[in-house]
Amino acid sequence: MGSMTLLFSATTLSYLVASILYLVGMAAKRPQAGRIGRWVLLAGILLQASCFAVRHSTAGGTPVTSLHESLSFFAWCLVLLYLLLDLRFRLSVMGAFAAPLAFFVMVGSALSPDIVVQLNPVLKSWLFPVHITFAFLGHAAFALSFGAGVMYLVQNRMLKSKHFTGIYQLLPSLDTLDKVNYTCLSVGFPLMTLGIISGAFWASTAWGTYWRWDPKETWALITWFLYAALLHGRLTVGWRGRKAAIFSIIAFMFLLFTFLGVNLLLGGYHTFEAFAAIR
Amino acid sequence: MNIIVVGLSHKTAPVEIREKVAFPPTGMELPLQQMLALPAVSEAVIVSTCNRVELYAASRQPEMAIIELRRFLADFHNLSAADLNDHLYDFTGLEAIQHVLRVAASLDSMVIGEPQILGQIKTAYGYACEFHTAGTILNRFLHKAFSVAKRVRNETAIASNAVSVSFAAVELARKIFDSLENKTVMLVGAGEMCELAAKHFVSHGVAKVLVTNRTFSRAEKLAAELNGTAVNFENFPEQLHRVDILLSSTGAPDYVLSAKKLKEVCKARRYKPMFLIDIAVPRDIDPAANKLDNIYLYDVDDLQGVVQANLKGRQKEAAKAELIIKKEVNQFQSWLATLEVKPTIVALRQQLEQVRQAEMEKTLASLGELNEKERKAIEAMTSAIVNKILHHPTNILKQASNDGNGNLYLDAVRTLFDLPAQKELTSDSDPFDQS
Repeated sequence: MGSMTLLFSATTLSYLVASILYLVGMAAKRPQAGRIGRWVLLAGILLQASCFAVRHSTAGGTPVTSLHESLSFFAWCLVLLYLLLDLRFRLSVMGAFAAPLAFFVMVGSALSPDIVVQLNPVLKSWLFPVHITFAFLGHAAFALSFGAGVMYLVQNRMLKSKHFTGIYQLLPSLDTLDKVNYTCLSVGFPLMTLGIISGAFWASTAWGTYWRWDPKETWALITWFLYAALLHGRLTVGWRGRKAAIFSIIAFMFLLFTFLGVNLLLGGYHTFEAFAAIR
Repeated sequence: MNIIVVGLSHKTAPVEIREKVAFPPTGMELPLQQMLALPAVSEAVIVSTCNRVELYAASRQPEMAIIELRRFLADFHNLSAADLNDHLYDFTGLEAIQHVLRVAASLDSMVIGEPQILGQIKTAYGYACEFHTAGTILNRFLHKAFSVAKRVRNETAIASNAVSVSFAAVELARKIFDSLENKTVMLVGAGEMCELAAKHFVSHGVAKVLVTNRTFSRAEKLAAELNGTAVNFENFPEQLHRVDILLSSTGAPDYVLSAKKLKEVCKARRYKPMFLIDIAVPRDIDPAANKLDNIYLYDVDDLQGVVQANLKGRQKEAAKAELIIKKEVNQFQSWLATLEVKPTIVALRQQLEQVRQAEMEKTLASLGELNEKERKAIEAMTSAIVNKILHHPTNILKQASNDGNGNLYLDAVRTLFDLPAQKELTSDSDPFDQS
């Protein structure tokens, strides 16, 4: 447990350091800081991956059964996708969004009780990690598309109002932000789809039915339809820019509710407590 | 040794005067040689641009040199010194160093941060090197100026934003489209500003240029110039869906493009963004178009606003640059000062050594027969006395040269010990590198 806690803290710390680097780089207009932040983030996900490995070897099973573990895994997915995106588009500014988000998710994870839940034998299946991984990577991609959407709206507003603040120089062009938004959507949507499908198969092996209209399932479906509509609008109607940015922000709000709100407010068998309970 | 600047700039002289004192780049040898021949001037560089003419000199007699340089500038151009004098400024020592560093860093330019001035000073220095009129001091000094200018450029955002309307348009376009490759620009009307902006767009790699004008022949002419295609004015709206960037400057009294028309165009383009630049007064494009999604409409005032904001930003950055320059001025001044200290210390040493030798001869002669050992002892003792006496003053002089009081002490030492006037420095070596 000691090495795990240490790795967890080191990861959180590296996300914090990266956040500071990105934010300072942005405030002081020093892009070098962002370049260092990138390496710190990379160190962070490697540390976190070893944290997962240690957890897996000590507790066994997939380490995403408690809120603590889920949040931590989500932070990891987020940083991983951000780094991939950064590799493609060179988006240091977005680091100032992704790194602090990852840090706060880690803090949230640290604050929630760190319990190693022994999975109900009924739920033990190779589909479980597959379902979780797809769903979380999808969530992370949508979180980044949300970030790109917000940045697009800010930049768009400045260009329209012709009133430019300091951040104008730092933000990428509208074209780049729109592309990022689209890339995240086109990556996130298939991942989410696979997440839902693998979840359905898992449910069928555990309970014999694919779909039970559990609140989480219902809300996930609503969110899925929203993203499907956005993707459709983009591909066929030619939605882009501001409209697509606003839409991805709204859809992310639904996703957030599906991810956290349902668990905290509505209950159902997707709650973390329910994982361990005998049904 | 002092650095001296005599000259005039857009701040002190109107263009009628500036054009009279400008030095043509083809004939720099004569003025440089004449300047170097002035009795009080030991090194010479001449900077001549359309906004400034400045003479940089190194001299031991700054007051004399200034008078000579002022006269030289008037005489060389056959002007009356009285007329010219009102427009001339002169700087000596720290002020001169600061002035040149500021000029090189483009802080004294008409448009702060404009990049040409550095190149112009480099060219001027090139002539001075070619005709061997720059020596140890100006060589070192101008290299310093170049490196400071570079530092200012790298460490401040002084030159980062466009300060001309046409460049501002290109910068905005890049904030919308990112890359301008594979973009199409259309010029509606053929105003001069439009043409300039179009050239900037072309140099930033736009793929296609369309030109339309009420007079088709003018459109054709401009299209040929820009390597583009001329389009009939009557049916240019049909081409609009292909256009990403539109530059408009017709003399039409009413709007040439309505918001309604642009809405249709937008749809036809599948809402790809469009950047409209309306330089015409009265305006060509309905301002309501800016409210449409994915349309970015800038009129001439908007662009001026961007330019003004950028200029303000440059002024803010200039304050940072001044701090850098202040430090560098002091650094260079202390280098100059050590240049003075070194020969003084050497002269002081020589003076005392002569006294020692002379007194020792006398003493040895009066003592008569001495063995080798005794003679050596006297030699060692006298040397030690001289060294001990010199030790502290030498240190003080070296120290003083670093904190700017050098000249005061040097003057005192020279007077007290009756040292001869300093010889011209001939070596190119760096006194910091020795001992």
